[in-house]
Amino acid sequence: MRFRLTDDQRALRQGVRDLLARRFDRDALRAAVERPALDRALWRELGAAGFFALRLPETEGGVGLGLPEAVLAFEEAGRALLPGPLVATHLAAGRVPGAAEGETVVTTVDAGGLVEWLAAADVVDERGGEGGAAGGNGDAAGAVALRSVDPLTPLHRVPRRSRRTASEPVAVLLTAAEQLGTATRACELAVQHARAREQFGQPIGAFQAVKHLCAELLVRVEVARAAVYAAAVTADPADVAAARLLADEAAVRGARDCLQVYGGMGFTWEADVHLLLKRAWVRTRRAGGGTESEELLARELLSGAGR
Amino acid sequence: MDLSYTAEEEDFRARLREWLGKALPALPPKPSPDDWPGRRVYDLGWQRTLYDAGYAYVHWDADPTTRLIFLEETERAGAPYVGANFVGLLHAGPTIAAEGTDAQRARWLEPILRGEEVWCQGFSEPDAGSDLAALRTRAWRDGDDYVVSGSKIWTSHAEVADWCELLVRTDPTAAKHRGITWLAMPMDAPGITVRPLRTLAGSAEFAEVFLDEVRVPVAHRVGAENDGWRVTMVTLSFERGTAFVGEVVACRRVLGELAREARANGRWDDPVLRRGLALLEAEFRALWRLTQWNVSEASAGGVPGVGGSVFKLRYSHARQELYDAAADVLGDAALDLDRPWVLDRLSSLSYTIAAGTSQIQRDIVAERILGLPKGR
Repeated sequence: MRFRLTDDQRALRQGVRDLLARRFDRDALRAAVERPALDRALWRELGAAGFFALRLPETEGGVGLGLPEAVLAFEEAGRALLPGPLVATHLAAGRVPGAAEGETVVTTVDAGGLVEWLAAADVVDERGGEGGAAGGNGDAAGAVALRSVDPLTPLHRVPRRSRRTASEPVAVLLTAAEQLGTATRACELAVQHARAREQFGQPIGAFQAVKHLCAELLVRVEVARAAVYAAAVTADPADVAAARLLADEAAVRGARDCLQVYGGMGFTWEADVHLLLKRAWVRTRRAGGGTESEELLARELLSGAGR
Repeated sequence: MDLSYTAEEEDFRARLREWLGKALPALPPKPSPDDWPGRRVYDLGWQRTLYDAGYAYVHWDADPTTRLIFLEETERAGAPYVGANFVGLLHAGPTIAAEGTDAQRARWLEPILRGEEVWCQGFSEPDAGSDLAALRTRAWRDGDDYVVSGSKIWTSHAEVADWCELLVRTDPTAAKHRGITWLAMPMDAPGITVRPLRTLAGSAEFAEVFLDEVRVPVAHRVGAENDGWRVTMVTLSFERGTAFVGEVVACRRVLGELAREARANGRWDDPVLRRGLALLEAEFRALWRLTQWNVSEASAGGVPGVGGSVFKLRYSHARQELYDAAADVLGDAALDLDRPWVLDRLSSLSYTIAAGTSQIQRDIVAERILGLPKGR
C-alpha cells in the first residue's frame, strides 16, 4: 500500500498550480469579480493543457490519466477559485464536440434545477455526464436568472424540474476536490493573516483562541483530503459521498473560521474571504445537496457493505 | 496513490487470519474487568501466544503497513486488546529500543515481547498534567542509586506492573525541560505505595503512585542524566502513530450495529438520527483513510510525525460523538449501565484529555505544522 502522491502526481499538481498562478492570480480573480465574464482564452489554455481531456483515453485525443489526477487538477482549480462550469465541461469531454479542447463551454442543469453560467455556456449537457448523446439548449428552457450570492457564479433556475434519482459520482467527487482546494486556501489565508496581523503587541496567531481556529482549519482539510483522495482511488459511490460531506464541511466551516480570524477585514468586499465562502456555498447545493450523500451513506451503513 | 496491498502484504494478512482462526478459540475465558491479577495473566498469556507464533515483533520491527494489517485483522477477529502490555509494547519498550544501552535492551525487551513483564507509566503528576515538564518528583544520587520521592497519577496497571517508566527531576536548578531523567523503577522496591483511582465510569482503571525514598539503581537510567525530556518525546511520538488502528476498525463496527439497532427499534425512521449516523460513517471512513495515509507516509519517512496530532484531534471527538449517537439510538436505555455502549460512552470522555488534551494537540498542530508563533 502506498497511499501517497507519486512523483508524477506531484508534478501534475504543480503544473496546474503554476498555470493558474500565471493565468489566474489574485489580481485576475479580483478583476473577474468586477467584470464577471468567462475568460475564453483561459478556457482554451486549460483545454490545451489537458484539464478537460485529462481522463479521456489517448486514442481519443485525451491525456489518458485517471480520477486521482483529475481530483488533483480540480483541487488546484478550487484553490485558485477558478470560475466557470469546470465539472460539467470536464464530464462532457469526448461527448460534446469542443469540450475537451476548451473551445466549447458546457454547463448542466443540476438535480435541484440550478444552472451555473447558463448565459456564457455554449451547450447545456442534458445527461450531466451519465453517458449518451450531448444535450441541446432545450433542457434549460424557461430558466430564470437569480441574483447569485456568488459574484463569480451566475445562476439560473429551471422551474418544475423533476429530481433525478442519483447524481453522477464523478461530478460529486470533482466538486469535493474543488471544495478541498478552497478549504486549503482558507487555511493558508487564515494562517498568513494570523502571522502578520498584530494586536496587543504581538501576532494574533500567538493567542490560543486564534491559533486553535487555525489548527481546526487544518484538521478539517487533512481529514477531507484523505477522504477525497481515497474516493478518487476507489471510485466507490459511498466513498464519494463521504468525501463530499467532509469536503463541504472543510470548505464552508474553513471559510467561516478564516473570516473570523480576519476580524473586521474579513467582513469587507475587498478581502477575498467572502469569495471563498460564497463559492463553497454554491458547491454545497450541487448534486442534490448533502442530503443525497447522507442518505446514500445511511443505506450503505445499514446494508453493512464495505466492511 | 495506491490503496491496494502488495502480494506479500496480502499473504501476511491471509496467514494471520488463518492463525487467528485457530488461536482465538483456544483462549481461556476473559477475566472480569475488576479482576486485575486475572487481567494481567490473560493479557500476558495472549502476548506469549503472539510471541510463540512469531507475531510479537510487529509493534516494533515491522514496517508500518504490516503493523496496520496486524492491528486491523486482530481487531476484526475479536482478538484480545494489548491491555496490560500497552506501556511495555508501545511506550517503554520502543524508548528502550531507541535510547537504551545494549545491556538494557537485552534485560528489558525480551521479557516484554515474551509476555513476562508488565510496565506502567509514571509521567503525570497532580501538578504536572498538560505541563508535563513541570514535574516535581525528585531524584538524588546516592552512590550507585537514585533516591526518588514524589507522586505520580493516572498510572494504569500500577497494581500489577513489574516496572515503571518514571520521569524524575534530577536538576531542580536547570530550565524545566533540562533537569529531567528517565528511569526504569522496579515496582517491588520498598517505599512505593499504589492507591487505585476510581474513574467516572466506576472502574479503577488508574492509580496514584506515591514514592517515598525509593532506591533505583543508576544502571536503570535510560539516556543521559537530565536528558529525559528528549528521551520521553521519542516515546510520545510512537503513541501518536498507529495507536488507534484497532479502535477505528471497532468504531466502524459499532456504527453498523447502531444502524441495525436503530432499524430494529424504529428510530432509523427519524431522518435527523439517520443522517447523523451517516455523517459519522463519513467521518470514520475518512479516519480510516487518514490512518492509511499516515502509515504510507511513515513507511516512506520513518518515525511518525505530527500527523498523529491531526488524527488524534479528530478521532477523539468523533469517538465521543459516536457514543453520543449511541445514546440517541438507545433512548431511555442510555441510562442503563447494563446496556451495550453505555459504559463505552463514559469511557469515551477521556479521549479528548488523555495522551495530550485537544487543547495541547491544537497548540502542536498550530505551532509545529502551521508555524504560528508560540504563546498561550
